[in-house]
Amino acid sequence: MYFDSVAQLFAMDGHGVYVWSVYAAALAIIALLALTPVFKRRRFIAEETRVLTRQRNTPTTRLN
Amino acid sequence: MAIKWPLFFHKLGSPRWFYRIGGMWLPWMAALTSLLLLVGAVWGLAFAPEDFKQGNSYRIIYVHVPAAFIALAGYYVMALAGAVSLIWKMKVADIVLKCAAPIGAAMTVLALFSGAVWGKPTWGTWWVWDARNTSMLVLLFLYLGIYALYNSFEREEQAAKVCAVLALVGTVNIPIIYKSVDWWFTLHQPATLKITQASSMHASMWQPLLVMIAGFYLLYATLLIQRVRVEVLYRERRTRWVRDIVLQAGSVRK
Repeated sequence: MYFDSVAQLFAMDGHGVYVWSVYAAALAIIALLALTPVFKRRRFIAEETRVLTRQRNTPTTRLN
Repeated sequence: MAIKWPLFFHKLGSPRWFYRIGGMWLPWMAALTSLLLLVGAVWGLAFAPEDFKQGNSYRIIYVHVPAAFIALAGYYVMALAGAVSLIWKMKVADIVLKCAAPIGAAMTVLALFSGAVWGKPTWGTWWVWDARNTSMLVLLFLYLGIYALYNSFEREEQAAKVCAVLALVGTVNIPIIYKSVDWWFTLHQPATLKITQASSMHASMWQPLLVMIAGFYLLYATLLIQRVRVEVLYRERRTRWVRDIVLQAGSVRK
């Protein structure tokens, strides 16, 4: 490691706040981008399952 | 003799084929992306030496430069998808155009945010209205504009057509962003990595940067395929194969 201690790695001679906040923002943005389609897919499956269930339970031919 | 397009070009136009192949590739791409980003970040944060002028604040470069690269490359992808959609009316191209906008916008936000945070200790200010910063802000508004415009249409084909035209017109901004540090006086430093000349950076500093750039490109491809696959399901919800996927994934009561 370039730094002598973990404490120095976090402090980075006073630049730690800047550097670490950028890495935290990067992580947050990537997590947000990766998770939204996962939830959207889950919502889609739930919606379509409801639609298909309804179709199954509706008789297609009606007897007079 | 008629020109024979490679078979994969036709297959790319098939949403079902894209869904299947994308699904096969995604786990591997996600794993490799995570590995590259982890290695690059640890290397850049903890092992690369400090800059003799900027101190440790320069470590922001390992996020800032890859994010800015993707913000620009993502626009090319979007404009290209727009062109393909206009010329060949491919369904998958419409979907790529739609899905590229939010990812590109997020990457532009990351580039702008990391740039502002880097600017504070280096330039003494969060923001200047110079050519580079302003043209990047315009890029963000183009992404947001296309995203909003696409979602304002009822019919997908119409949305794709209008957004493709806007994306293609907006391409004019890209060379301006690239050249802004050379054409106008600016606080922004010129490019560090050059293809034609030796880098102004030491190898111990640009090697982790290359890893991060590769990681971000792969991340972009992964996120795009992931998003396009979900959108394909929505678009093809009336087809039998999507119905089969729903039947398998959800529990339809008989």
